[in-house]
Parts: sequence; C-alpha cells; structure tokens
Amino acid sequence: MSQNQLPVPAAVIHPDARGYWEGTTREVIVLQRCDDCDTVIWFPRAICPRCWGSKLSNFEASGRGTVYSWTRTNKGMADYRDAGPYILAYVELAEGPRLMTNLVGFDGDPKIGDAVQATFDKIDDESALLRFGPA
Amino acid sequence: MTAHVRIAGAYEHPGRHLPDHSAAQIHAEAAIGACADAGITLGDVDGYFCSGDAPGFGSLSMADYMGLTLSYVDHTEIGGSSPVAQVGHAAAAIAAGKCSIALITLGGKPRTGGTQAGAPRPDAPEYSFEGIYGLTTPGGYALAAQRHMHEYGTTAEQLAAIKVAASKHAKHNPQAFLPKEVTIEDVLNSPMVSDPLHRLDCCVVTDGGGALIVVSAEVAKRLNRQSVAVLGHGESPKLADNGRIDLTYTGARWSGPRAFEEAGVKHKDIDYASIYDSFTITVLETIEDLGFCKKGQGGAYVADGALEAPDGALPFNTDGGGLCNNHPTNRGGITKVIEAVRQLRGEAHPAVQVKDCEIALAHGTGGNLGNRMGSATLILGRE
Repeated sequence: MSQNQLPVPAAVIHPDARGYWEGTTREVIVLQRCDDCDTVIWFPRAICPRCWGSKLSNFEASGRGTVYSWTRTNKGMADYRDAGPYILAYVELAEGPRLMTNLVGFDGDPKIGDAVQATFDKIDDESALLRFGPA
Repeated sequence: MTAHVRIAGAYEHPGRHLPDHSAAQIHAEAAIGACADAGITLGDVDGYFCSGDAPGFGSLSMADYMGLTLSYVDHTEIGGSSPVAQVGHAAAAIAAGKCSIALITLGGKPRTGGTQAGAPRPDAPEYSFEGIYGLTTPGGYALAAQRHMHEYGTTAEQLAAIKVAASKHAKHNPQAFLPKEVTIEDVLNSPMVSDPLHRLDCCVVTDGGGALIVVSAEVAKRLNRQSVAVLGHGESPKLADNGRIDLTYTGARWSGPRAFEEAGVKHKDIDYASIYDSFTITVLETIEDLGFCKKGQGGAYVADGALEAPDGALPFNTDGGGLCNNHPTNRGGITKVIEAVRQLRGEAHPAVQVKDCEIALAHGTGGNLGNRMGSATLILGRE
C-alpha cells in the first residue's frame, strides 16, 4: 500500500514484544493491557509502566486512529537514505496510545486530526511493519 | 545543595573542523584549557565527569589518557544536557566530601568522521518502534514543531526569529561556524529538512568540545581567577510516557522550577540565559516551559526581539549558540554553561555583553523532543 515503496527495515524482536510482532503477520495491531490497572501499554514490554504489575494481556486493536503530528522528512538516514521524501508521524490509536509510524497513500499533505487506518508492509515471515493510510 | 560550589574554569575548544584530532585529544585539550583558565593543573583534579561522547570506556578511557588521580567519577548519559546536569552532580559530590575539584569534559568530531554518541542500539526496547520508521533527529523535533504550531498557532516566521537573534550575536564571534547575520527570509528560503524545520532552523554540526572546572567555595578562594557561583540546579528527563507523549512541552517544565527554587531567584532576576538550541523549536518550547512566557506564547515573545542582546527582555546565546557558533559533537550543553560564565565574568563580546550581568541561567536539552529527552537547568551568579 505504500505508494512510495518505503523501505521495510528488519525488526529486532525482543522476547517481551513477540505478541505484537506475531500480530503484524496477521495484519492486526496486538496491544497489551495491564490486568491490574487496565492501562493500555505502548510499546510492548514486560511490566506495566503505570502500576508496575507484570500480569499483562494481549488484545487486538481496531487499527483506527488519528494523526497527532507529522513531518515530511526530505532526506533520511540509514535504511531511509535513498528513500526520497517520506512522512514520519505520530498516530493516536482509538485505544489511546500515540505511536510513531509512517503515513502512506496521502495525496498532498496530511492534516493533524485526519482519520487513518492501519496498513502493513511485510518484512519477513515473522514480522510486518505497521503504517497508516487514509481511513 | 549547590551554594557551596563555584565554576572556577571554563574553556571552549576553538576548533570547529578537526580532521587531525582524535576525540580523546579534543577532550584533553579542553580539559587543559579549563584548568589553565582556573589556574590549576590536571594534577589538582580529583573528580571527573563525562558523558556518552567520551570515547571508548568513557570516564575510564579518558581519565587514563589524561593521567588523572580520582576519588570520584560520573558518567552520565542524557545527551547534550549531560554537562549541564553534571555541574549539579559535581556540586552534590563536593557537598558530600567525595571530591573538591571536579572536571567536566565534552568533545567529539561528527564533522570529520567520529562515532556518534547516542546512536540507536538494537538492544533498546524502543528500537523497532521508532527508528524503523526513519526517525531522524530533525524529524523528531519537526514533529514537536508541527504539533506546537497546530495547538498554539506558532509560525515558521516566529521560529526563524530565534535563528535571526542567534545570528546577530554570532557575527561578533570570530570563532562562530556561521558568522553571517541572517534574516527571517533567509531562514524560510533555506532548504526544508523536515517540515516545518528548514536548514537554518537547525544547529550547526561541528567538531570540538569544552570543559568546566567546578570547585568548593574554599578552593575557589585560593584561586586567582574570578569564579561563578552555582546557585541552583534542576534536572528531569521527559519520556515517551507509555505512548501518551505530548510534544508541546519539554522537561524544562520540571527542571526549571527546581533550579529557581534552589537558587531562590525569580524570572525577573535573570539577566542572561543560555538556552539549548539544537533547533529553533527547542528554544521556543524551553522558554515557555521555564516560565519566561506563558505556554503557547513563545512565538509572539521571540518575534518581539526578546532574545536579542544586549537589550532584549531575555538576551540569549550571545556566542551565537548551537544555531550559529558551535554544537560540538552534536551536544551543546557545555557551551551553554561556558557562555553563561563569560557573561557573569563580563567577558562576553562587548557588543553582546549584558550590562551588570549578575544572575544567569543555562539550560541543556538532550536526546530528542520527539521521543525522550534529558533536561537540566542551572542558575549561576556573579561572584
């Protein structure tokens, strides 16, 4: 879906984030919720950063969100060195967390507050990269 | 906690392009310069403080290279804010009797091929949730700028006014990397790096370094050099906050009040301020968070010439700052303290020296406004 054919860098999958990455292969956003305080956690980890409990459950997020901020970076580095201009953004998920991502498939500039929908670019058999396009 | 200590030596390495230097050499030359400024030698130093830009094993590698004999070491890594925080750390160590003459160094050579401190590491828990999307340093700050503009109506012209003020100061500094005065139009016409930040909204990339000597009041009395009192220190990291990050403010919201309270001074008492200026947006958010104007009013404040020395409401970065003078090893904290010391000693360039400068503030920002950052504030007084 990424019209710019953005790079799809390999992920480093740490054991405490396996649930999230497994979800990406099914093209769903798997989030953690703390069983003790109900906080939705981002990014994945082994403890709740709010109440410090360690009983966390995975659930599937809606894939919907809104643009919290964005920027078009004209020259990237590392994997993005030759990517041409691309949009780096924070998307606020319907479930609460704001996550860093790319916006793809926009004609012209996105606007803060625009509704967006998750899309996934396959990395390999164990992971895909979560990006967002217009809803 | 800090009133008992003085900054007795401050030295900015004159180099901006140092292909024939090693990183360790830059640290050592800065250290010797600061010692000479204070009227001591490296043999007098018993506490050593460095951060992520120190080569190799950091404090161990550099202490070994310089031949130090130490009773205290501190290796802090909160990016460019590290040396600002470390003045406070040195004060605490001196108060606890752990050392009496502390050396702080910073240095490196991003311009001529040095390794980059703070580069993403695959073992970082956030590694595959941020950098994988092409996050750059300007990109992270641009996200903050875009959101600030959205919430408060801040404009590109207002951000540019910060660069203009810095450039008016830099033209008096013969060592400044960008000594030419620029206009709002120059900033807006410079290439877009990551919108809304243009190239001239960004700091310079320079080789170089600096060093500070922090001593007890007793030691300061024995030295011939005018020292500067450390009146207050505050620090606080601001983190990505479990995915609830708010990009419109910085950790200065917490570090500033701590420093003001410790110093027992008010905003109207501040004669000069060194404000960390990796990007124009860094300055804008920081002056709001420090309380020099209301949140969201930073744009109007800077557009009114408040930052211009010597007569603005808040003369800032009179050396030209990171935006024009020097941002050694991509970390501007130490030069912030150094220029504040110059102002309090009356040794800034006469064109930008603040008259009767008695109280100065120096603020450091490290890491990235776009995810997680260090923040440290010092309030310093003329002796």
